Amino acid sequence: MTELINTHGLIKRFGDITAVNGISLTVQRGEVLGFLGPNGAGKSTTMKMITGFLAPDAGSVTVGGVDMASDPMRAKRSIGYLPEGAPAYGDMTGRSFLKFIAEIRGFDGADRDRKVDAVRDRTGLAGVMDQRVETLSKGYKRRVGLAQAILHDPEVLILDEPTDGLDPNQKYHVRTLIEEMAAHKAIVVSTHILEEVEAVCSRAVIIDRGRVVADGTAEELQRRLPYHNAVAVTVAADATGPALAAMKSVAGVRGVEEVSSANGHALLRALSADTGEIIGDVAAALRDKSISVNQIYVERGRLDDVFREITTSDGGSAADRSTSGGANA
Amino acid sequence: MRNVWVIAKREFVGYFNTALAFVFVVIFVALTSAFAFYVGNMFGRGQADLAPFFQYHPWLYLMLVPAIAMRLWAEERKSGTIELLMTLPIAPWQAILGKYLAAWAFIGVALVLTFPIWITVNVLGNPDNGVIFASYIGSFLMAGAYLAIGSFVSALTKNQVIAFIVSALICFLFIMAGLNLVLGFMREWAPAFIVSGLESMSFLSHFQLITKGVISLPTLIFYLSLIAFFLFANTLAIEQKKAE
Repeated sequence: MTELINTHGLIKRFGDITAVNGISLTVQRGEVLGFLGPNGAGKSTTMKMITGFLAPDAGSVTVGGVDMASDPMRAKRSIGYLPEGAPAYGDMTGRSFLKFIAEIRGFDGADRDRKVDAVRDRTGLAGVMDQRVETLSKGYKRRVGLAQAILHDPEVLILDEPTDGLDPNQKYHVRTLIEEMAAHKAIVVSTHILEEVEAVCSRAVIIDRGRVVADGTAEELQRRLPYHNAVAVTVAADATGPALAAMKSVAGVRGVEEVSSANGHALLRALSADTGEIIGDVAAALRDKSISVNQIYVERGRLDDVFREITTSDGGSAADRSTSGGANA
Repeated sequence: MRNVWVIAKREFVGYFNTALAFVFVVIFVALTSAFAFYVGNMFGRGQADLAPFFQYHPWLYLMLVPAIAMRLWAEERKSGTIELLMTLPIAPWQAILGKYLAAWAFIGVALVLTFPIWITVNVLGNPDNGVIFASYIGSFLMAGAYLAIGSFVSALTKNQVIAFIVSALICFLFIMAGLNLVLGFMREWAPAFIVSGLESMSFLSHFQLITKGVISLPTLIFYLSLIAFFLFANTLAIEQKKAE
């Protein structure tokens, strides 16, 4: 694998505020990195430094083996960038805008037109190419932004919230596009939408207050949650006691709890001791005791919860987390 | 230079994508001509020249050129397209020069479209066309100097109204430096070299020289170095302010 993006110890201050505080990242070819974090965590600032828009106060950025500080022109050639909100020259038509980008990227004449046509088909802009960009819907505007980013088939693609504000079909389309390109590029996607990380990203980095607080695959991040691989079971309310006892007897179960009960049914949960698989053993134990089970499934631990857990990990947020703490006690 | 050309071409065509070009050109031609005929009394003075026409250019440009310049960078910053522009493989100076040249050429088009007034004096009499040509060059150079100031100021703010007012004010100071009102006051107390230095910094003194038909080297150097200076300052301002 080739390392296409490398940042080392990036620091950026705006006045007294340290927006980015020592971020080091590497992204290989073929990787899609999900860049997560609460608003104001420094996601966009980091992306602006990777793309050479902002100069870091300290640290270095290397893109495709080229140092951004010493040879920005060459480094920028291998980057496609969709800035937040997909800015474009509103008074131009999609076609003239993309032609302009193609010319700046060094394509002329027939070559330029071929590039523009190819990217038009790829992003589904065929019907609106001669409309002024400012008259386009949000979804199409975003596609124009995406089109200018991938026009020159860059090795490195930086997308700042590419699906923000799009409808589900449009989101699906953008994700498919990212998946199609993933094999040959290093792609960084910032997003708030965590399902997106599971859908398209091979790796996720969570940043908070300018620092990397988690780095791993979606699966690895989910494993951090106390109830990852926990087994949820629904039984008749009068079988609650025996069911809890049966589940507790299974080796590998750290604890059991009654989550809720309503309409004559109780939802129970068995927590895995080492977040390993326990569903088979739990099901067997219940079958041995002849307890009839309405539903049984594995709780994966949602990425949303990982995100909240990590990014609110200190100061003032204890109350938010008291539910999970209480459950463990 | 290729990048400068691509940027300039996009910008120049951009003027004609909106009503801006039409409105500006009409107002430009109407105002320059109206001042020549009504305020300058072009017919009444009985001379076949364009002095009354060019005489008001420094004052009209005070309004018209900042109106073109104010959007150059303020709009890029406000709409976020500056982020797009500055992450493309071009150097900042190329973008600045390209946008500047496009705006300057656009003003040039407006200036050329005042040609009916030149035809008028040629029909009515025998003007010195050499002087008229020199005056056009001088007017164009002066517009370029105003524009460089305006482009620089536009890079300092996202607010186009502020950009307009501040650049008009700076241009006003550059005009005032050549007025007797100011120079007379300065002569009272300041050493002669300061007064003459100030006078030589004035748009007005240089422009008046050119409209007499003299394109002198110091005048050319004055305008071109002023343009170069403010475009350089523009580059620094963009580097500093682009992310705000």
